Amino acid sequence: MLLYIIRRIIYVIPIVISVALVCFLLVHITPGDPLVAVLPADASQELAAQLRAAYGFDRPLPVQFGLWLWRALNGDLGNSIATGRPVLSEVLRAVGNTVTLAIAAAMIGFTLGLLLGLIAGYFRDTWIDKTATSFAIAGVSVPHYWLGMVLVIIFSVELNWLPAVGAGPGGSGAWSWDWAHIRFLVLPAITTAVIPMGIITRTVRALTGDILSQDFVEALRAKGLRETDVFRHVIKNAAPTALAVMGLQLGYMLGGSILIETVFSWPGSGLLLNSAIFQRDLPLLQGTILVLALFFVALNLLVDIAQAAIDPRIKRA
Amino acid sequence: MTVSPVGTLSDEQLQAAPATKARGYWATVGRRLLRDKVSMACAVILLAIFLSALVAPWLGLADPYQGSMIRRLKHIGTAGYPLGTDELGRDMLARLVYGGRLSLVIGILPVILAFGIGTMLGLIAGYVGGKLNTAIMRTVDVFYAFPSVLLAIAISGALGAGIVNSIVSLTIVFVPQITRVAESVTTGVRNMDFVEAARASGAGPFTIMRVHMLGNVLGPIFVYATGLISVSMILAAGLSFLGLGTKPPEPEWGLMLNTLRTAIYVNPWVAALPGAMIFAVSIGFNLLSDGLRSAMDIRN
Repeated sequence: MLLYIIRRIIYVIPIVISVALVCFLLVHITPGDPLVAVLPADASQELAAQLRAAYGFDRPLPVQFGLWLWRALNGDLGNSIATGRPVLSEVLRAVGNTVTLAIAAAMIGFTLGLLLGLIAGYFRDTWIDKTATSFAIAGVSVPHYWLGMVLVIIFSVELNWLPAVGAGPGGSGAWSWDWAHIRFLVLPAITTAVIPMGIITRTVRALTGDILSQDFVEALRAKGLRETDVFRHVIKNAAPTALAVMGLQLGYMLGGSILIETVFSWPGSGLLLNSAIFQRDLPLLQGTILVLALFFVALNLLVDIAQAAIDPRIKRA
Repeated sequence: MTVSPVGTLSDEQLQAAPATKARGYWATVGRRLLRDKVSMACAVILLAIFLSALVAPWLGLADPYQGSMIRRLKHIGTAGYPLGTDELGRDMLARLVYGGRLSLVIGILPVILAFGIGTMLGLIAGYVGGKLNTAIMRTVDVFYAFPSVLLAIAISGALGAGIVNSIVSLTIVFVPQITRVAESVTTGVRNMDFVEAARASGAGPFTIMRVHMLGNVLGPIFVYATGLISVSMILAAGLSFLGLGTKPPEPEWGLMLNTLRTAIYVNPWVAALPGAMIFAVSIGFNLLSDGLRSAMDIRN
């Protein structure tokens, strides 16, 4: 098992370097001067050259990449052009809020998805299955940013039950798990949960159906096992794949939160990305994408390892 | 001595024989799809949305660009404005119908482009194998290290707002996914006897790929691509919603949703209409893709 983990980690290293390269190059496919955010329109040639040298934009690309990667490895992602604050601390603070949102959404989406998927797979082709499947297909097809708007219209505008935007009373930055704060979390979390709910329902339904049609289930029933015990076997067999899908979905929620965070003004990494794009704050853009992508890679690695740990059928050598 | 049945066929009949057989498979798929009520309902709705967008100028609708300060944000059902008006007093019905033009193009074109590029890359990687396969598939792996929403927004954000940039960024997001599917299907077909037979009879690699393999791998890739259209519609409109795609005053569903967001306290249900259109198209393609998948699975 240890050998398997080490091999997986070694396999991830080139991916991490390539991801860093993509993030680095993103800034350099950008049309226009990367300093446009800080440079006044009437700046002199000398001032522009000075600033370019200060930010290191005057060196050859491979050198810039090497330096940037070296600094990133030491936890220095540069300073935000717009605010002048270190990118890493800005990103990590925002990621904290995104993690809060993703965990809440995961609790809702994963529970519902597993439940609906198991039920739909077990009662295949009945009305129960059809209802659950319709929920799932609506979940994967809905433009989630629009669903967020509709929820705000219903629960904030019409009913006035829950706040429409923000992450806490008075716009305070600190999060805590009390009702005053959770009120703000309900709508964004439900909105975020819808896509994973749909995908997990569909996956688990297909898995359950496949497992139930295998011969060993027939054997279990012939042995006289009660249906609840048969069901336990089904869950055990579905777990590794379901786990992999859930891990991937958690990664999507962390990395793909920009649309929902924009709708709800949720102060997470997505909203940070949004402001980085529109203020043309390239170091911040680069840093946010790098941190989110590395989170995603790490999560995938963990899922692979966890899957190998619980599923004896996966070769660990 | 019995005459072999082949001897009784003319040359033309012989040449026609494989073609009819190939049509037989797709005809079967088509018949199965036609019998599927859900798929047909989706097809009809999608067709209606497509056609109305296509012939919008001849439908006698109001001018989608013509606003008026005195008739802003009318409610749904107001006389003369069946679906109300937007924040600049423009007729919503006209804007929703015209909006289909850009929305459908920026949603579907990336999938078509990625289908072409990804199929080519996957076919080459799968057929040639070796170092070329490693090079292509490891590059694809790098793109899989990004959540697709993040990748689309990152590329769009770096390239800057605009329709072309948003199409480019979505194409870049989908090419790796289609390449992976195409590669795995091709690898499965590559070692089959008929490919070996074609090679033995002197066919070159391009002839084998084009004539013998393409037809066998295209089906699964096509089904996968139709499923992507739904994701692409949501993402393309999402980019416009963020302000990274279409620019005002063009009617486009994602952008309309964005500009109407400020109006949700005044006229909430009009503000939600463009999203309902995105939802309808997206769910339509998803169900159609599901229907196509089960129709092509002839064994069941």
